[in-house]
Amino acid sequence: MKVVTGACVALVIGAAIFILGKIVISGLPGISLEFLFSKPGMGMRAGGIFPIIVGTLMLVTLTAVLVLPLGIMAGIYLAEYAPKNLVTRLVRLSIANMAGVPSIVYGLFGLAVFVLLMQFGKSLLASALTLTCLTLPVIITSTEEALRQVPSDLRQAALALGATRWRSIHKVVLPAAAPGIVTGSILGLSRAAGETAPILVTGAAFFLPKLPDSVSSQYMSLPYHLYVLATQVPNVPPEVTWGTAFVLVAGVSTVSMIAGAWRSVQRRKVKW
Amino acid sequence: MVMSAAFEEIAMDTPAGAEVQSRARTIGADAVSGSFALSDVSVAYGNETVLAGVNMLVPSRSVTALIGPSGCGKSTLLRCLNRMNDEIGRVRVGGTITLDGQDIYEKTLDPVDLRMRVGQVFQRPNPFPMSLYDNVAFGPRTQGIRKRGELDAIVEEALTDAALWGEVKKHLKKHAFELSGGQQQRLCIARALATKPEVLLMDEPASALDPISTQQIEDTIAELKDMVTIVIVTHNMQQAARISDQTAFMLRESMDEPAHLVEMGETKRMFTNPDDKRTESYITGRFG
Amino acid sequence: MAVTPTHKAGRRLGRATRRRAVEAVVRTLIYAAGLLSIVILAAIAIFLVVEARQSIGEIGLDKMLSGTQWFPTGTPKLFGFLPLIVGTLAVTGVAVVVFVPIGIGASVFISEFSAGWFKEGMKSVIEFMAAVPSVVYGFLGVAVVIPWVKATFSLTSGMTALTGGLVLGIMSLPTVISISEDALHAVPDALRQGSLALGNTRWQTVYKVVVPSASSGIFAGVMLGLGRAIGETMAVLMLTGNAAVMPTSVFESVRTMTGTIAAEMGEVVYGGQHYSVLFSVGLVLFAITFLINLAADLVLERQRKRWRR
Repeated sequence: MKVVTGACVALVIGAAIFILGKIVISGLPGISLEFLFSKPGMGMRAGGIFPIIVGTLMLVTLTAVLVLPLGIMAGIYLAEYAPKNLVTRLVRLSIANMAGVPSIVYGLFGLAVFVLLMQFGKSLLASALTLTCLTLPVIITSTEEALRQVPSDLRQAALALGATRWRSIHKVVLPAAAPGIVTGSILGLSRAAGETAPILVTGAAFFLPKLPDSVSSQYMSLPYHLYVLATQVPNVPPEVTWGTAFVLVAGVSTVSMIAGAWRSVQRRKVKW
Repeated sequence: MVMSAAFEEIAMDTPAGAEVQSRARTIGADAVSGSFALSDVSVAYGNETVLAGVNMLVPSRSVTALIGPSGCGKSTLLRCLNRMNDEIGRVRVGGTITLDGQDIYEKTLDPVDLRMRVGQVFQRPNPFPMSLYDNVAFGPRTQGIRKRGELDAIVEEALTDAALWGEVKKHLKKHAFELSGGQQQRLCIARALATKPEVLLMDEPASALDPISTQQIEDTIAELKDMVTIVIVTHNMQQAARISDQTAFMLRESMDEPAHLVEMGETKRMFTNPDDKRTESYITGRFG
Repeated sequence: MAVTPTHKAGRRLGRATRRRAVEAVVRTLIYAAGLLSIVILAAIAIFLVVEARQSIGEIGLDKMLSGTQWFPTGTPKLFGFLPLIVGTLAVTGVAVVVFVPIGIGASVFISEFSAGWFKEGMKSVIEFMAAVPSVVYGFLGVAVVIPWVKATFSLTSGMTALTGGLVLGIMSLPTVISISEDALHAVPDALRQGSLALGNTRWQTVYKVVVPSASSGIFAGVMLGLGRAIGETMAVLMLTGNAAVMPTSVFESVRTMTGTIAAEMGEVVYGGQHYSVLFSVGLVLFAITFLINLAADLVLERQRKRWRR
């Protein structure tokens, strides 16, 4: 039986290696400075993906600006302030369920509320707000977890020195939990960067001749662009499509692997 | 003077209160600041009363040791004195505790102000994950002191009082976690002293340390008692005998009833000729 | 006044007022942020209903749920959800067949038969698989799985429920494995040792003691994987061919609920009937995944209570 379960693991590893290998081998030849830093041309069949990379970065940055304060504060609420009552149970239940809501449903919500009701139109802002809702549970959960790793001794010591609850959190607990919060946030945001369905209906553009100039502009984005190249545009040279996939996977997974590795190093280094 | 007035109030209610009052006079508790008077103090967690009927005087500028078997409420009582029990939730403290004549559970009193006057050193060294300097400067900064020169002076003084200055004066930027356990605990003492407290509460401060570090902590305590009132919880009878001026013996005789104060008195007498049989058997048992 | 210590009394009083004000403001902000998740989840439900109301009124939810034809641009327009629901079930069914055995098998191996370094390594593998965006899985499916399915089963098109399900199964593995492994890991060692001491072999211990003890957690992992599979959009949109007809086997093209919303939302008139119908589809999707996640969450909560003492 050990063999059977071992075979399952082998399958998983095999799949991961295949995904990584296929994308690297097929994608790497298409990567050049010109590909990264020039505009697409000939109906997106040639040229580079510069505006697409920029659009993605702008979207993720805006999302980060919106989601981090909210998510971190909500994490502080759960770890430091939340009383043990029905409301707190409801908050936890909501967070768990938000994490399970399909991303296309977030798209519908964003379309109805941010694009139409609030009249932000299909835009960076509407997409970023939608991704904020989608990423919130991840940021909250990882913040709470990081705060809980900080021993209660430190809170006690700060309080015993005459610090208020907030001062003890702000000056002692948060700095101590910072590595965990930062890596958790990076992981969450890198997932957001790869999302396609929610931005499909809230602002990502099929093709734009110029870079977005404000938060109410539409934008191009890597995951949506990959979808477009793979299914909507005929006769795209493989190195363009694979190159786009490579940039997306390399960006998202490198960032999250580094964040993950850094977190485990930090955990080992600081022994409470 | 305020002290005496407060005692007048306590005294009328109970015979125990009267005894507290008379003892207060004999030890001169109202002479200098930093003296506690506890009258009929009880503590309840939820519905369970864990500690009851404690009458106690903690004179200023002296070391008071709280001893007794595990679970006898020593640490609970200690945490009443700086209202750290407030932070646990569902804890109720009954009776009256006054610091220099002032009721510390009065509604208008912010525990945050109290804790600047009553510092605490914990069982295990718990320095903040920051530099030595920032650790010690944490309390003063909390009080609003920002000037570099002023802070420098406070840090040096606190570290000197905690007998750590000589070892660390060239390494104030070092991370606190780089110190040894004993050094960390003295850092925590310095951190508590930097707020210029009138009282220092110590909850088994040497229990996690090796014998040499323990010795250093005890020496520090002996030095400090001219400056602050010290209340120390300890499991170690020899330690109580060596460092304290008076000793309070607490006991919880069964889980069905709350813990209480068996007796309290001058340390020398408590260890040689206690009034109560239970004190004697506990102390001899521990020494024996 | 009498509260403050004699020295620095005046200065402290001002500070104390400001300090309490800051504390109160921060507390309010943090409580507000804490409650935000309830607000958002409720808002999602409310706005789905609000936008779906038109179609529910004009067509009727029962008519949509029982309708067997999806033909939104024909005359008359037909909005029957059954082909989409069956399509989703077909794809999800294939995914379940893939991720349940492989996911549970792999988590048992990782938790029970492997050394520390291997566990660490597998954590990275799982993290990588979870980090790959779904559109990339879809693209790999287009490039690799579609031709493979077409050739292997000699079909005219490789865009089938099977194709989508296979890729979806692989995509759901990280969720299933990490949660099941957590559950297995949480089983106290004392139980394992007790079983070994009774003369059970390593493997007997695993399937008689460890797996049953962790069963609720494993179940939760499977449920969450299922939720993820049902809610996944891009990969199925790219792989299943999107024919909105009732399939008779997994070798046929299907259209899922998620794929329908993604494909058609770009072409509808905002505020129109078709738009509203797509929100009804979203509402059904939301309700299904909500129930699945709730079930998983309740089970996980119960398990957490069991091992915590």
